[in-house]
Amino acid sequence: MSIDNLYQEIILEHYRHPQGKGISLENGVEVHHVNPSCGDEITLRAAIMDEKVGVSYDNTGCSISQASASMMWELVHGKPATEVLALEAEFLALMQSKGQGTDEDESLSDAIAFVGVSQFPARVKCALLPWMALKDALLQNLRSNNE
Amino acid sequence: MIDVAAVKRDFPILSQRVRANRELIYLDSAATSQKPESVINAVSRFYQNTNAAIHRGAHALAEAATVEFESAREKIAHFIGAQSHEICFTKNATESINAVTYMFLNETIKAQRGIQVENPHFALQAGDEIVLTQMEHHANLVPWQELALKTGAELRFIPLNTEGRLDLSDLESIINNKTRVVSFVHQSNFLGTINPVNSIINRAKQVGALTLLDACQSVPHLTMNVKSIDVDFAVFSGHKMLGPLGVGVLYLKDPNSAPVFLTGGSMIEKVTLEKSTYAQAPQRFEAGTQAAAEVIGLAAAVDYLEQIGMEVIHRHELALTKLALEGLMQIPQVNIIGPTDLQERGGIISFTLADLHPHDVGQVLDEQGIAVRVGHHCAWPICTYFNVPATTRASFYLYNDEHDVEMLVSGVTRTLDYFGVS
Ligand SMILES: Cc1ncc(COP(=O)(O)O)c(C=O)c1O
Repeated sequence: MSIDNLYQEIILEHYRHPQGKGISLENGVEVHHVNPSCGDEITLRAAIMDEKVGVSYDNTGCSISQASASMMWELVHGKPATEVLALEAEFLALMQSKGQGTDEDESLSDAIAFVGVSQFPARVKCALLPWMALKDALLQNLRSNNE
Repeated sequence: MIDVAAVKRDFPILSQRVRANRELIYLDSAATSQKPESVINAVSRFYQNTNAAIHRGAHALAEAATVEFESAREKIAHFIGAQSHEICFTKNATESINAVTYMFLNETIKAQRGIQVENPHFALQAGDEIVLTQMEHHANLVPWQELALKTGAELRFIPLNTEGRLDLSDLESIINNKTRVVSFVHQSNFLGTINPVNSIINRAKQVGALTLLDACQSVPHLTMNVKSIDVDFAVFSGHKMLGPLGVGVLYLKDPNSAPVFLTGGSMIEKVTLEKSTYAQAPQRFEAGTQAAAEVIGLAAAVDYLEQIGMEVIHRHELALTKLALEGLMQIPQVNIIGPTDLQERGGIISFTLADLHPHDVGQVLDEQGIAVRVGHHCAWPICTYFNVPATTRASFYLYNDEHDVEMLVSGVTRTLDYFGVS
């Protein structure tokens, strides 16, 4: 198992040129998640407007967590909330697949590259950090919309 | 001089191949050390031949186990210049520090309830001060934060300077008449800095404060004598000094006047339904069935260290540190966090590499079989002070040699290549 599986070119590309980075959204629910074992941090703001999810974020951390945030942003920004939550579940399943992938991972498009990360247990939580933050912010949004 | 090739043969794990059949270069002894065969055998011999609950029962095994346990205690105590009854066993240094903070908390609560306390030194009042440093491991920070919260005492810190050493210029005002306890690290697990123990302890004594030394990174690597530094408490973990996991030590200068913290079986003198009196030290601090095999394993570790000699080990680590600092500092993208000279430092080197995240650095090193630690090393405030999210840390021990250092330095260069950093 080589680290080239971990650091696939598309991942390094997103790490070097992160998409959507910087808090640009003016309102929405803001969450702050950290990975206490390595100090990675993400601040993420999400809002649901006209059924569509708006996301912006800022983060520090390793290449895997930065690339994951960048690809996540590309994948979910402007999509309906239910679809975003389904993608989150799919990504989680991918990360738990220990390198096997899942049946429906095509929906993740470029983020399928993270299947390599799922072979490195110590790095799985790096990849999941932005997704956990997003899920937290979305669920808070949905709860407050229901109130 | 250490015959490292011979030493390596004593550590079965070090002959292992990792990842793509790489030789293992273990540079993470500050987190936990590897164990020589003699320690592994001492633990398994105990379970094969002697296993019984110590200090309980009069049968042959119980007697043999007790004798072995107590002679292990004696050996470990002597190793730090203490007497047997002055050390008690815990599960690790973290538990030892927590124990001392609970001594303070328990006596504070009793005093607040008007119950006579055995030792008024431990009863705190709002406005009393606890002095730590800015370079503490979380184990010597968070328990004191909790104590301060519960008692109204205030925390004060001896600050860092940019070199990664303590700035003692305001020591007289930081440690003052309100100071009740000063607790600090001997060698930093993050920076490698060895702190000026005597200056700090002397100042604490001038104001009548108790002192605690976190000796986790010094007892395994230096000659340590708790009497000559005249500290009130010292703590360390067996697993960082070739011993088994699960046993830590708390040294107490005046053990019979220190309040108990864990209570229950084995630590009592007399028990009635209403109240109990407690045994003399060290039993008064060792409630419940003890981890005898681990303690006996730790004594075997002390034998191993003594046979090589702590002075020899320290000099060996300094030579490797010199080589590593020279090699790393020739790489322009390396930034050492901590002292870059060999004065008052040990074999721990933290660094950052260009703007690569240490997690990524550690991964590429790991691919080459090189085990380092990445992260904040349980001393987050040091990262904050140096404004880095984390560092990569290499730490040396008696089983490392020049080849390991060369592998580290070339591994760092390879990491730069891997990520295309120039
Ligand atoms: C300086 C220092 N203090 C305290 C600790 C805590 O030791 P343990 O985790 O064995 O309780 C460590 C090790 O992690 C350390 O290096």
